[in-house]
Amino acid sequence: MTTVDIAVPVPARRPTPRESYLNVAHTVKSWALTTDHKRIGILYLVTTVFAMALGGVFALVLRTEHLSPGPTIVDAYTYNRLFTMHGIVMVWLFMIPSIPTAFGNFLLPIMIGAKDVAFPRLNLLSYYIYLLGSIWVLIALWAGGCDTGWTFYTPYSDHSPSAVVPTVFGIFILGWSTIITGVNFIVTTHTMRAKGLGWFRMPLFVWAMYGVSIIQTLATPVLAISLLVVGIDHWFDWGLFDPARGGDPVLYQHLFWFYSHPAVYIMILPAMGVIIEVVCTFSHKNPASYKAIAYSTLGIAFVGFATWGHHMFVAGISVFDAAAFGVLSMLVAIFSAIKVFTWVLTMRRGSVVVTTPMLYFFAFLFLFVFGGMTGVAVATQSLDVHWHDTYFVVAHFHFIMVGSTMTAWLAALHYWFPKITGRMYPERMGYVGATLVFSGFFMTFFPQFLLGNAGMPRRYYDYDPQFQPLHVVSTVGAWILGAAMIWTLTYLLVALFRGERAPANPWDSRSYEWLTPSPPPKHNFVREPVFARDPYDYTVPAEEVHA
Amino acid sequence: MNDLLLKILDLPPQASTYAFDVDLLHYFVIGTTMLGATFVFLLALWFLFMHRRRFPGETTQRLQTSVPAEILIIGGILSLFLLFWVVGASEYAHIQHPPDDAMPVYVTGKQWMWKFAYQDGRSDIDVLTVPVHRPVKLVMTSRDVIHSFYVPAFRMKQDVVPGRYYTAWFEAQQTGEFDIDCAEYCGVSHSRMLAKVRVLSQPDYARWLERPQTGDLAARGRDIAAKRGCLSCHTLDGQPHIGPSFAGLYDAPVRLSDGTIVTADVAYLTRSMMDPQVQIVDSYKPVMPTYRGILEEPEVAALVELIVSLKDQPIAPSVVLPRTQPLGSAQRLGEGPQPSAGEQPR
Repeated sequence: MTTVDIAVPVPARRPTPRESYLNVAHTVKSWALTTDHKRIGILYLVTTVFAMALGGVFALVLRTEHLSPGPTIVDAYTYNRLFTMHGIVMVWLFMIPSIPTAFGNFLLPIMIGAKDVAFPRLNLLSYYIYLLGSIWVLIALWAGGCDTGWTFYTPYSDHSPSAVVPTVFGIFILGWSTIITGVNFIVTTHTMRAKGLGWFRMPLFVWAMYGVSIIQTLATPVLAISLLVVGIDHWFDWGLFDPARGGDPVLYQHLFWFYSHPAVYIMILPAMGVIIEVVCTFSHKNPASYKAIAYSTLGIAFVGFATWGHHMFVAGISVFDAAAFGVLSMLVAIFSAIKVFTWVLTMRRGSVVVTTPMLYFFAFLFLFVFGGMTGVAVATQSLDVHWHDTYFVVAHFHFIMVGSTMTAWLAALHYWFPKITGRMYPERMGYVGATLVFSGFFMTFFPQFLLGNAGMPRRYYDYDPQFQPLHVVSTVGAWILGAAMIWTLTYLLVALFRGERAPANPWDSRSYEWLTPSPPPKHNFVREPVFARDPYDYTVPAEEVHA
Repeated sequence: MNDLLLKILDLPPQASTYAFDVDLLHYFVIGTTMLGATFVFLLALWFLFMHRRRFPGETTQRLQTSVPAEILIIGGILSLFLLFWVVGASEYAHIQHPPDDAMPVYVTGKQWMWKFAYQDGRSDIDVLTVPVHRPVKLVMTSRDVIHSFYVPAFRMKQDVVPGRYYTAWFEAQQTGEFDIDCAEYCGVSHSRMLAKVRVLSQPDYARWLERPQTGDLAARGRDIAAKRGCLSCHTLDGQPHIGPSFAGLYDAPVRLSDGTIVTADVAYLTRSMMDPQVQIVDSYKPVMPTYRGILEEPEVAALVELIVSLKDQPIAPSVVLPRTQPLGSAQRLGEGPQPSAGEQPR
């Protein structure tokens, strides 16, 4: 719509080869052994992009297989391993680390006026643990991959002929990385805030990072223990979850979802943090309610721990348990609804400009609101009986978890691209990319809601021919999405070397990370930062705020 | 109206007594939530249009949503969600509690078939026969891994868990055949773990109760191979599948995964049914479950007779089928089973 020029209100004062975290050193060692949170953020960003590409290729093969019922390009066993590895790679190698480790690492210390995170060396260690875990998963892939589904439901995973043990061990290792990052962020937020920066003046992205750190620190150990036991069960026939040896497979489901439901919030909370920053900056507006966002973040973090049973309505839990988990699930949805209304109302009487990150905000809003509403629908118990384990659920969680996280991740990538790289990305190409990403995504997953309604179970290699038209639409959508991702990553890569030089604050934002030059110097700020004003103060021009 | 909505939402027919009630809630929930979502999204577009930036560096007033407005919005949404919950939870309780006069049928899930046992001692594989307008209680368990008994047309689903017995119930409202799917992932042939529920009118059901059984042994073997799920993995025309083909198998030499060559005689064939993991045919995956305690003696005899009858079966033209190979290159290429005689069941 409006194409107002939003660039450069700050006077250009650019000493040409200024020292930044990027050019202080160029050796491989200076990257590999860096304790600079910004460089570690870059390492994570690059690695997670590779993980996403791998998971994306799996997804494209899966979708292509579904062009026709029966065998199309792979056999059933390969299909089963592909959907398992797609889930594992996307959840643990991409979505969980994507925003916190790349953007959180880069921005959290800058946003609170710190020189680095509280434990810089632990930060580097967490990256290498992540790398080790990822390589371990790749080894498992090379050993044939795992065919249990990313949920590893017992007793199937106890007896599966595939590489269960290396896979769960890889995820076990990845968990350590998550925990270390979480602890690091919590301590950083508590102890490293600049003088005078109170809790309720922090940028809301920091709140999101804080909330997600709490969840990942508390929940990940439960997953680690459960998966370790699955590995031992498989390897040594321990039988803790195997009824043939007196174990209880439903206990496994409780333990797994105790982690994996909060894990959904591990994926979505950082995305919400990105979105509020984007919407405030490009609307030139304070958040409609700062406290509503901050408290609902904590609400999600804590209530999210008590809703796992809604994954088990047909797994044989009691009517009373189901009702309790049902009402708690409705409650946690309220916190998300609060956030949605706050984002939308933030634009009210603002000064809204459409940029690529803003287009991604609208894509995010659409996927999150519609996906979230279908979430309320599946949390309704009698409806879940029909939808559980069908394509409806697949479409639901891809909308809300994958679509929202991915569009927010792309919004973050564009929004902070000038800050991170010191270059601008090409705006028009960004519009094209964002439009294609959204169209491809919608076309992939909207038909799957209907497939689920019609009763098509998930994880089916073969399907009834009546479902073919919807599957074909979905597959074409996936191809568009894949092409859109290649397009986006390509122009960003070109912009990295050829893009226009970025000023310190190209978006005319008031948030603290834009106070420092782009890219930031090694120790984040040229002078000791003074956060005299609110990060969302758009009542006066930027120069006054940043004076 | 109901028919139109069923079509728009692509829902299966409402063949059980509670299906209509569930769908009614479905219409209400999907209707209100989609309306709400559309409203929110349009509101965002409206703000985008109304409050677009007029000039660079534009400043704005500081606005804060008032607390009463927040409470009103949150309270409104919460009461709608709680309404969903109250109706949904009570319907769920109804679905979970079988009526006292329900007719029991025992259901066993197994890789990759459904077995139904009736009160009169008979049993059936992959076909559940029930009378219309009579509540049926399913007493369900699994023999190996978790499966899920799903009848879309009944809006009914229940996991079956090894070592546990769960009950579920339905009362069919119309005659006909409806799909039964396995909804919980259970291994290679998960998507083939299909069955039918056949709803008969009361007179037809009475006739069905006195069905006869006929046929020669090899033909009966063919039926059993279909009913017991053998044909999900083994073909009758010489093409290798998840397991080796039955055609041209009897009395032929077979190379095992440890390199030894055995002859596919009757002893080998029966052992492969009962202890399939002991002798694995070279380059096949050890995925076959045991049939010990599942196949009755006459059934084993009929299956062996079927395989014997296929001894000189002409082999279907060779086609390249997708092979079971690891994602990496862990397996040696070029040693896949040849589509010819000499392949063995495990």
